[in-house]
Amino acid sequence: MGRYILRRLLQMIPVFLGTTFLIYCLVYAVPGDPFAGKCGQRACPQSFINEMTEKYNLNDNIFVQYFKYLGNLLQGDFGSTFSGVPISQIISTSYPITIRLALLALFIEIVIGIAAGVLTGLGRKGFFDNLVLISTLLLISLPVFVTGFVLQYLLGVKWGVVNPTVSPKAPWNELIMPAFVLASLSLAYATRITRTSIVENRRADYVRTAVAKGLPQRRVIGVHLLRNSLIPVVTFFGTDFGALMGGAIVTEGIFNINGIGRQVYRAIQVKEGATVTGLVVVLVLVYLLMSLLVDVLYGLLDPRIRYE
Amino acid sequence: MRVKRFAAAVALPVAAMMLIAGCGGSSSDSSGGSSDPNAAISIQGTQPENPLVPANTNEEGGSIPLDVMFTGLVSYDTDTSDLKMEIAESITTTDAQHYDIKLKDGYTFHDGTPVDAKSFVDAWNWAAYAPNAALNASFFEQVKGYQDVNPTPPAGSTDAPAPTAKTMSGLTVVSPTEIKVELVAPYSPFKQKLGYHVFAPLPQSFYADPVAFGRNPVGNGPFKFVAWNDNTDIKITRWDDYKGEKPQVKDVTIKLYQSSEAAYADLVSGNLDFQQLLPPSALAGEKYQSDLMDRTLDKDAPRLTTVSLPMYDQRFANADLRKAISMSINREQIAKVIFNDTYVPSTSFSSPAITGYEADTCGEACTYDPAKAKDLLAKAGGFSGPLTLTYNSDGGHKDWSEAVCNSIKSSIGIDCVATPTPTFSVLRQSINAKQMSGLFRSAWSYDFPNLENGLSPLYSTTGSANDSKYSNPEFDAALLKAAAISDPAESNKAFIEAEKMLAADLPAIPLWSVTQKAGYSERLSNAKLSYTLELDLTQVRVNS
Repeated sequence: MGRYILRRLLQMIPVFLGTTFLIYCLVYAVPGDPFAGKCGQRACPQSFINEMTEKYNLNDNIFVQYFKYLGNLLQGDFGSTFSGVPISQIISTSYPITIRLALLALFIEIVIGIAAGVLTGLGRKGFFDNLVLISTLLLISLPVFVTGFVLQYLLGVKWGVVNPTVSPKAPWNELIMPAFVLASLSLAYATRITRTSIVENRRADYVRTAVAKGLPQRRVIGVHLLRNSLIPVVTFFGTDFGALMGGAIVTEGIFNINGIGRQVYRAIQVKEGATVTGLVVVLVLVYLLMSLLVDVLYGLLDPRIRYE
Repeated sequence: MRVKRFAAAVALPVAAMMLIAGCGGSSSDSSGGSSDPNAAISIQGTQPENPLVPANTNEEGGSIPLDVMFTGLVSYDTDTSDLKMEIAESITTTDAQHYDIKLKDGYTFHDGTPVDAKSFVDAWNWAAYAPNAALNASFFEQVKGYQDVNPTPPAGSTDAPAPTAKTMSGLTVVSPTEIKVELVAPYSPFKQKLGYHVFAPLPQSFYADPVAFGRNPVGNGPFKFVAWNDNTDIKITRWDDYKGEKPQVKDVTIKLYQSSEAAYADLVSGNLDFQQLLPPSALAGEKYQSDLMDRTLDKDAPRLTTVSLPMYDQRFANADLRKAISMSINREQIAKVIFNDTYVPSTSFSSPAITGYEADTCGEACTYDPAKAKDLLAKAGGFSGPLTLTYNSDGGHKDWSEAVCNSIKSSIGIDCVATPTPTFSVLRQSINAKQMSGLFRSAWSYDFPNLENGLSPLYSTTGSANDSKYSNPEFDAALLKAAAISDPAESNKAFIEAEKMLAADLPAIPLWSVTQKAGYSERLSNAKLSYTLELDLTQVRVNS
């Protein structure tokens, strides 16, 4: 197990380099000169453009720019935005908020998704099954911004149950509504994956054996059936955590949350390669660690899976 | 509209949400008659693009805090946009070229150092000096000696020669309360120009570390800087030692929003006191009226939307063709249908918000007359190939661009296609590189309320924002002549004469000016929009 984890950690290095380079290239490829529109309809003073170009190495070709960036990154310097704010500062203020939002969304997904999935998987074709199928279909078909605006309008503006936007510190209780919006799409998928997996495994030999042995139903379902059925669900949750963080752009915009989504969006618009890469680098790390965690969890869920 | 239709369909997740979210809530104070002089209010803002240095700020996010933290020589009256003396006791000139500025005594910066002639002149010299790379350096171009501190790069090059001086020879500190300014040529709008925040004074502590200053500015205005939390808020508080007009509110939080929809939701539910520009979703179907009742403000914005024509493209060389295109656009209808009547069809090349504005200077060329337009098109010999109207798709310009094209198509039969570019900067890049091959969106926001600012930069041969690359020596001469008249009213009349010359040539087609709609909460009274369409923080009151 230890060797397996070590090997996986080492594999992360080329993946990390490859993804950061790709991201850097993508931002580089965004059309438009970053200083063409900065002074409105007037052209910016040449002295300003020259200084910024020099400062951010924008005259170099993409490879030189990337290696200069990487060199600074290895020394722990993420660079700064065009307005001079250190990117490390942006990361340290916005990441905790987005992680909190994504964790809460993940929690909502796990609780509601697995519960609804197990219940519908066991009692198929009932009223509850149909209700869940229809409501998840609805959630899947609604874009996040629609769910977001409707909830914000009804709960925040019309009924005044919660604040329509999240305050700067973004405490847990204010994040519940945005987290629900963020989770809504994945919630529907999680429910359906759990349901299918339960339905499949119900007919498995080991479940029949457990029932034949006369084990109580709670134990058959809770330990034997659920544990095996969770493998695809855990895979989904693992990658979804990263997706939730990246996908928070829309949700953070609607509820005015000061997370990474807003920063990435702004930075792409003004072509700030260093900011986008810096923020996404951390996101990539989250993805890699989550997928490692998922792989390790497989072994715990199903003892037949072994690593060497 | 679309959201409403979905409302019924999301009842289920909403019901689920209701179970989980049992928290939050907001309280609102009921209004009384008197006002609370120590109240705190919150207004909408956006994250400043640059550190808060006057010479480096040219966008709204930074202007909102800067405009109340710094007081310049003059300001613009909130009701009339007329010039008001602030730190200046008087500004006199006889030839519009030599100005004598006398300062009032006793003003200080928030750190206690005096606001004197030197604090102005040093700030101006710093802003103009090329190596300091200030965004707004070009505002000093009329001052004698600007070319020495900020030389223009030779044609075709981006490398300017090194400056030969550190200070502009046209600026002289006569005494701590007197400045003499000499301009390169007579320029009567100079007094108005002095109200722009780039002409604000700076304390001596600025020069030690301009970058650190930008994160922690020390001004001389009615409000004092408290804190700037990136992307979250900027906090300012009333400075009780201020010599000028004192505000009636104490603490102001400028909340930095990502979207105006989020700010609007906060405004309606009482979490925000003022929003400068209501979002389109609130204007659609006049939704704001039921949300805010009569708590809205309207004001003509110093802004004008035009579509420009590439005068360097031979296909547009014929003036009759340009006139035919202009006359085929049904401005009235588009303003009504697309902008819910918040935009006003233009009949001139200036914004109605500017002193000296005159309607109808564009005359017949800006009226909708499809029959006449057809005749003109025939006279011009028709137009070959499809006509494009280029706009940037990141700013909500799709609808009106398509409407304008449709109007041209149905009126005179030219096949017009609205063509998007991905971002504003891509659009600017191709405009600057003279690569436009059809109509393109151009919109001008005035820097200061003088007719000249809407003409010279845009249409003079050497104008810094002359997008259509229009050049007419007679027009240039008329502008110079108007700028040489020191009497403001006479000078304005001369600028109007120059403006009328544009109607014959039509290098750009005026479309509409903007009436900005702002909204405020139940707590505020005496809310007014300043010339720059910000909330006038010195006049607003909070009901107690």
